[in-house]
Amino acid sequence: MNVEPVISVRDLRVWYGTERGPVRAVDGVSFDLRPGETLGLVGESGCGKSTLGRGVLGLLPTGSATDGSVRFKDRELVGMRQQDLRSLRGVEMGLIFQEPMTRLNPLMRISEHFAETLRAHEPGITGKEIDVRSIDTLRRMGIPPTRYRHYPHEFSGGMRQRIMIALALVLRPAFVVADEPTTALDVLVEAQILSILQDLKRNFDTAMLLITHNLGIVAEACERVAVMYAGRIVEEGDARQVFSEPAHPYTRELLRSTISLSTTALHYIPGAPPDLVQPPSGCRFHPRCPDAMQVCPRLEPVEVRTKTGERVECWLHGPAELIPPGQTAPLERRELASADEA
Amino acid sequence: MATSTGSLRRYALTRLALVIPMVLILLTLVFVLMRVAPGDPIQAALGGKLSPEQLAEKRHAAGFDKPMIVQYGEYLRQVVTLNFGHAITDNQPITTILKINGAATLELSVAALFVALVIGVPVGLWAGRLRDGVFDGFGRLFGIITYAAPVFFVGLLFQLVFSKWLDVLPNSGQLSALNNALLAKHTHLTLVDAIWDGNGAAFTDALKHLIMPAFTLGLLLCGVVIRLIRTNIIQTLKGDYVEAARARGVREGKVVWRHAFRNALVPVVTVMGLQVALLLSGAVLTEETFNWPGIGNRLVYYLTNRDYAAVQGIITVFALAVVVISLVIDFVNAAIDPRVRY
Amino acid sequence: MTAASVAEPGGESILEPAPEMPSRPQGPIKRLWQQVKSAQGLSKWLLWVGAAITVVFVVFAVFAPLIAPYGFDQYQSGGVRFPKQASPSGGHLFGTNVRSVDVLSVVIYGSRTAIEVVVLAVLFSLLVGVPLGLVSGYYGGWLDRILVLVMDALFAFPYLLLAIVIAFLLQNSVGSGVLTAAIAITVIYVPQYFRVVRGQVLSAREEPYVEAARALGAKPRTIMGRYLFFNVIQSVPVIATLNAADAILTLAGLGFLGFGIQPTQAAEWGYELQRGVADMGAGLWWTSVFPGLAIVLLVTGLTLVGEGLNDVLNPVLRRRTGRPVVLPKRALPRREEEPV
Repeated sequence: MNVEPVISVRDLRVWYGTERGPVRAVDGVSFDLRPGETLGLVGESGCGKSTLGRGVLGLLPTGSATDGSVRFKDRELVGMRQQDLRSLRGVEMGLIFQEPMTRLNPLMRISEHFAETLRAHEPGITGKEIDVRSIDTLRRMGIPPTRYRHYPHEFSGGMRQRIMIALALVLRPAFVVADEPTTALDVLVEAQILSILQDLKRNFDTAMLLITHNLGIVAEACERVAVMYAGRIVEEGDARQVFSEPAHPYTRELLRSTISLSTTALHYIPGAPPDLVQPPSGCRFHPRCPDAMQVCPRLEPVEVRTKTGERVECWLHGPAELIPPGQTAPLERRELASADEA
Repeated sequence: MATSTGSLRRYALTRLALVIPMVLILLTLVFVLMRVAPGDPIQAALGGKLSPEQLAEKRHAAGFDKPMIVQYGEYLRQVVTLNFGHAITDNQPITTILKINGAATLELSVAALFVALVIGVPVGLWAGRLRDGVFDGFGRLFGIITYAAPVFFVGLLFQLVFSKWLDVLPNSGQLSALNNALLAKHTHLTLVDAIWDGNGAAFTDALKHLIMPAFTLGLLLCGVVIRLIRTNIIQTLKGDYVEAARARGVREGKVVWRHAFRNALVPVVTVMGLQVALLLSGAVLTEETFNWPGIGNRLVYYLTNRDYAAVQGIITVFALAVVVISLVIDFVNAAIDPRVRY
Repeated sequence: MTAASVAEPGGESILEPAPEMPSRPQGPIKRLWQQVKSAQGLSKWLLWVGAAITVVFVVFAVFAPLIAPYGFDQYQSGGVRFPKQASPSGGHLFGTNVRSVDVLSVVIYGSRTAIEVVVLAVLFSLLVGVPLGLVSGYYGGWLDRILVLVMDALFAFPYLLLAIVIAFLLQNSVGSGVLTAAIAITVIYVPQYFRVVRGQVLSAREEPYVEAARALGAKPRTIMGRYLFFNVIQSVPVIATLNAADAILTLAGLGFLGFGIQPTQAAEWGYELQRGVADMGAGLWWTSVFPGLAIVLLVTGLTLVGEGLNDVLNPVLRRRTGRPVVLPKRALPRREEEPV
């Protein structure tokens, strides 16, 4: 399957400036996305997922700096002028937000939202054509045409999210970032939204980066999954494979912490999420890793491909020749105390 | 999913009902304030000018020797029938005073509001948009200084520059004596009357007299408007729907105008309504400075002469005006913002 | 062969070390001060300029007898009467007014009057408004409803008229002009504090820690005093400063209309401006421009402080400190497949 990737991210770094020092929200991330493929991006709150999603699209607030490479269909997005990025947004790249309740302008009708989006990219478009295309997209989302001219507050949360998705997709972008699209919605609506997203993949070959902290969604909707921790992707590969045989200890702990009907006792990962201003030395997960070795706090792990084809960054997978002798012994547990203070 | 017109009507009725206790309290307040002074109104106004028998006669005629409760009832009846009797000192019917001088104050207020909005809204919008830039700094400073400079001081400066030094505008009054005598008073709003009669000379004269007072009072309100709009813009620009629009590739200019500006203006209407108290207070001072024949002017005159009957009538109208205007503002707000309906 | 980056345990930091974080919880004043110190850009500038101006006037007020060349009511010196309405010159830097009083002295003593009245007024308003707001917000019920109606009515009333009427009524009973003016101004501003404090109490009342305190059997007085008070007065400093600015304008307005402090009691800027109107007609500008400028400056100073505080303390307006970030040159690539 050697189709050209739609998006190619290499060593992307997004750092924010704060009084305490730069926050390394995204600290060297790489991945590829092919058309029609959905990549799930999972991790704890504050690990940099949302920043990554926005960073790829160039939608970051002032006070942040980006470097690395994001290649979109042969164009380099990092360093592109805002005007050029803007012309790509909506048309080629889309973003679906988390909280649908506040993402629509309360003083504007839904029809006006669509008109604005379409006119921004196709200035010559007629009113009639706007209506035709918008109503069509809305209908695919399950929103009836009779409600086309209503105001946002007249819709429920689930419907608003569907409208948001419709807005993001009305111009058929090739690549969509969905940032926790169902977190704010109840489970039934969540299922509907997910099925809509599946349809998109089928019908329009949209490449999607699905950001979530819910492993269940990933298992259901994604072909591949990337696990993020402290600004880096620690494991990435085929979703079914990663979930059945997790290569990285963090992934394994995450899976163990999920609750299902067979759960009898709560499992959790000790310690707190790492400080992104001064991340732990070496492998960033070492303070909380049950399998940490002595080499882990000293050297940052090198990315390795497992036998089954995943990418993983963990000294447990070698490469053995880079580990100084004797440092494969388990790490002393006193390190956990400092993790608790983090 | 309420329909627009139905709930607007219901909103109107509910608001009206809520306003009645407020009005009652205001009226009671006015009544109590007027009676707190030692002695009675007749004594205060005319004591020393007439003999005791004449005073007693007048007192009886005006009903000031009846018990307080009865007087209170009388007062309320007066308010409802809008008949406030006569001023004690010069025996003018108070309703006439309110009509004639009220029109002058109305003219001044409307002109001042116009000036305030025309200057204040653009400055506030741009100061908020270009936050922390040079323009923002000047805009804010301008807003602060126009508020800090007392109305009468600004008026004095205007008079100094335009009347004394440059001699292009008349110092005070509403019309020159000649035009005043010639103009037929239909509405007592000089500009309107001049247009009604097709009297060009009177119109220019009235306008010349109106400019300085209007700008003086207008600049005062301007300060408030600027600060208000600036804060609103800053808040709206941070709004979620603004970010969502940017993510769809809408041009920055359009985002600012369509989403930020329009939404920021909505609460302005309400707050300007609340500034009526400020407006009226400022009007009193402006009228004193320019000898503008408005109610504020009359109020000061009657107060200085201890004419409580007149003062009571005038203050009552002031208080009611504030309430009525707040109501109107609320209705306008409900009409603009579809979310604000009961 | 690829090289891996070496990191010492404890992490070598390419950037400045994080500053010492305070370990003890800070009192409210200290917190305020911390936030003020960390202000950025224009807001910081505004705040400090405003503070400087205000301090200058306070100095004038406190040290008036030492700074002013003459008394506020003094129309002669050593038996020689001052010139009447003289333009600014060596002997009288700001000229003299119609009563032959030195304008510079009037301006300086006017600071004293203004500061006195305003401090008293704000103090009274706080003493009345804040407790009322606390009690009303906490207990609710009929007391609350009545108070709210009354306060709203007061709030709706054109403030100047209210002040005039009250000053009027009090001027015979209360001797001091300063006190009268202060009380009149207090009445206008009490509703503001009441509203704000009540609003804060209403939201704080539902917080878990208050519920916990109630569950533990704490008396209402304790809850209000210990728990609610400090959290609720967060916005009071800003409002107090802006009120002070307003109060000066109201005082001047009262003086201008003739219902304020009389010149024999104390120097007052508004009164001078009233006298100055007539002078203006004759082209004499110094009797009104200098007192007027004093008003503008002091009110601006106070407003700047208030606005600056607001910018710094108000979380909505607080700018995320976007310090520019320089990404350090990256370590060598760490992927197996990439050649050196």
